[in-house]
Amino acid sequence: MKQSVGSKEGQKVLCYHCGEACRDTSLHSGDKCFCCHGCKTVYDILSKNDLCTYYDLNRTPAAGAVHSFVADRFAFLDDEEVLRKLISFSDGKQSNITFYLPQIHCSSCLWLLEHASQINPHILSVRVNFTKKEAFVVFDCSQTTLRQVVETLASIGYEPHFSLQDMNPAQKKVKKHTLYKIAIAGFCFANIMMMSLPEYFSVSSYLEKEIGRTFQYLIVGLSLPVLFYCATEFFVSAWKGLRNRFLNIDLPIAAAIAITFLRSLYEIFWLHGSGYLDSMSGIVFFMLVGRYFQDQTYQFLSFDRDFKSFFPISVNVLQNGLFKPRQIEQLRVEDVIQVRNGELVPVDSLLSKGDALIDYSFVSGESLPVRVEKGSWVYAGGRQCGEAIELVVMKEVAQGYLTNLWNNAIFKEPKQRYSFIHLLSRYFTVIVLLLGLGAALYWAYAGSVSTMWNALTTILIVACPCALLLSSTFTNGNVLRGLSAHGLYLRHPDVIEDLGDIRHIVFDKTGTLTGKDGVDIRYSGVAMDEHTKLCVSRLLGQSNHPLSIAIHRYLQLDDQAIAIGSFREVPGAGIEAWIEDAHYQVGSALFTGADTLGTLSEYTRVYVRKEAQLFGYFTIRSPYRKGFLEIAPQLSKRYHLTVLSGDNDSEADFLRELLGPGHQLLFHQSPEQKLEYIQRLQEQHPGKVLMVGDGLNDAGALQKSDVGIALTEDVNNFTPASDGIMKAGSIGLLYAFLRFARAGRRIIYVSFIVSILYNIIGLYFALRGDLSPLVAALLMPASSLSIILLTYGCSSFFAARLLHKKVL
Amino acid sequence: MYIIIPIAIVSMLIAGGFLVALLWGLRTGQYEDDFGAANRMLFDDSKPDTTGTNKKQ
Repeated sequence: MKQSVGSKEGQKVLCYHCGEACRDTSLHSGDKCFCCHGCKTVYDILSKNDLCTYYDLNRTPAAGAVHSFVADRFAFLDDEEVLRKLISFSDGKQSNITFYLPQIHCSSCLWLLEHASQINPHILSVRVNFTKKEAFVVFDCSQTTLRQVVETLASIGYEPHFSLQDMNPAQKKVKKHTLYKIAIAGFCFANIMMMSLPEYFSVSSYLEKEIGRTFQYLIVGLSLPVLFYCATEFFVSAWKGLRNRFLNIDLPIAAAIAITFLRSLYEIFWLHGSGYLDSMSGIVFFMLVGRYFQDQTYQFLSFDRDFKSFFPISVNVLQNGLFKPRQIEQLRVEDVIQVRNGELVPVDSLLSKGDALIDYSFVSGESLPVRVEKGSWVYAGGRQCGEAIELVVMKEVAQGYLTNLWNNAIFKEPKQRYSFIHLLSRYFTVIVLLLGLGAALYWAYAGSVSTMWNALTTILIVACPCALLLSSTFTNGNVLRGLSAHGLYLRHPDVIEDLGDIRHIVFDKTGTLTGKDGVDIRYSGVAMDEHTKLCVSRLLGQSNHPLSIAIHRYLQLDDQAIAIGSFREVPGAGIEAWIEDAHYQVGSALFTGADTLGTLSEYTRVYVRKEAQLFGYFTIRSPYRKGFLEIAPQLSKRYHLTVLSGDNDSEADFLRELLGPGHQLLFHQSPEQKLEYIQRLQEQHPGKVLMVGDGLNDAGALQKSDVGIALTEDVNNFTPASDGIMKAGSIGLLYAFLRFARAGRRIIYVSFIVSILYNIIGLYFALRGDLSPLVAALLMPASSLSIILLTYGCSSFFAARLLHKKVL
Repeated sequence: MYIIIPIAIVSMLIAGGFLVALLWGLRTGQYEDDFGAANRMLFDDSKPDTTGTNKKQ
């Protein structure tokens, strides 16, 4: 796989390290070109340490790399308390720590990280867990510090992600027990079936009696772990349900398992018969497999993030004239903190020094960074773009404008969901029990007590809604798979049901309906001649305001030969300069003196003036996601739609036209207002509410809604707590997802009816006494398997029909 | 015919051995990262001038 990247490919030169287009070939090492110093530095480190296999395993392995890192960003790792909380084990010689490295994406990453000891010999070993994107590192803490280890990793492009969450780690429970249970139940089930073979083929009479008895005792022995270990979750869940006065589906199942076991013991020990322990362990096995199939987890996703996962661990605080890192939780009012380029402002504070350009897209959904005047508020969650700024802390971290949202009661308790299968199982159980009691009473009157017990227990065993559980777990599991294959990852199978009942859909605008990167720029006004265009572009190239950068990129013109004189940037207004004896101004209407009368649009506009002539303006807007534009008409016909935006209402006309009448558009919404809107919707209208959002500012609404789906460009990014995570490109499939979720319920109904038919047929033969043990023993797995195949086939069919569109 | 009883018990013990192996594999997390192990196996550690400090991995 030797490649020739870093040389010409078409016309563009691609960076040998990250694969991005290089501006020129000035940065190179041998015949390899690099796009920036960051990439070249990493290459130099790797080649010095003989780690270039990294580049042999995959082409441009560092795709999406961060191009630089600030040297003293990790100073907080020298803090004893931070150290104690992060390191999982240390004996003074060796320390163990697990890093979360979101950059891990290919075998090169794996290889490089596990060879990190070649760069820093005090790193003793690194073991990567690829699916979790974690690296377990053992290092010699008598020779090196955690900070040096982290800096080593960061220097080769793997900067560990530390967040406030790491400081208060929640106990992670691994659901390995389900797999143990399945393994043991499968083992016992198979062996019980084998021991029952003489019984099935009615050859037991030819064998010596003792052999038959021994086999029966072995079967009883094998069934004990099934009952007392594998089936415990049904009993526990049934008991929990009873205590909460909620009759769930596990109650009849637990009852049926217990009664089958007791009756089998009675038959084996008293009547010297054979019992039904094969069926019992079989059904436990199938139900466990179903649950496992349904409760699949996405290891790389987390659905429980609050602001703590987004915020850094520490920030630089001014102490005796020096900036020292301090944990965010220990920040007090009136501390002076420093926030550097690209860092998150952790607390609500006032700007005291520096040029603040804050990107609030995270908090409010505004698409463009805001310039903040000295002495004005800067809110937690904003990201500084530009030079380092100093801020005076005004509120502690948990009390901020944004973080206050998590003090709302809705975050205190998890959403309660009750699936309709519990309801269905209740009806089913009640009907079968009534039948059973009727039969028992009849036999009691007829005077045959043994037949009465027989009828009662048989009916109780039949009342086990295990077929319902099987069909629902396998259908849900398959629906989840279908959805995740197309970019929607749900947290829990019960969400599918709510997704099928959605009547209202609420969208966030910025970042959800509109793309985060890429802007739509249009020029209107007097056409500029080529030279003027070049000069304007040259002027824009001098400024690092995001709008200037965007328009500069759009014009794609630059000529270093043109001299610029007396360049001036007026913050919040525009830029001006003298170019070739002409005075150019680019900026807001006020700055350029443009006449805005008669134009109602609130799109962001940048005006161009050369000398006395006002040329025109650039209109800048975020483009809507293509998928949404396609499905908006379909959605607006069947659902009540709302667009809730923290942004201004410049897009109102466009959205109104797109969605048609009867739908709501709300702008300038704070995070709390979004939450309250969802609440009002739920109180005033029947039907469930789906919220689709992306930022922390939507966190309240996502939590409050019946189904909250967080949209993300990259599933490895951080998303706020939600019931589902959807890839941004899949938004065009939303309508299909909703219909697919509804189809899931129909499949469960159909397969349940089929399973009832099986029960009726089985019962009919059983009551007549015609059922041979072999047929009975085969019927149970056969009916279970056919239901599994039915649900699997149906859901795959619907998945193919509804979700056939490719993910964009 | 009584020989069938020890045979059945022995067969169960053998199967039990496989069960234990499976449980051990699960417990030590061998099924958790299928990508890592599969790729790690293919890595060449035979660069001429590596000193073999990472053989333990």
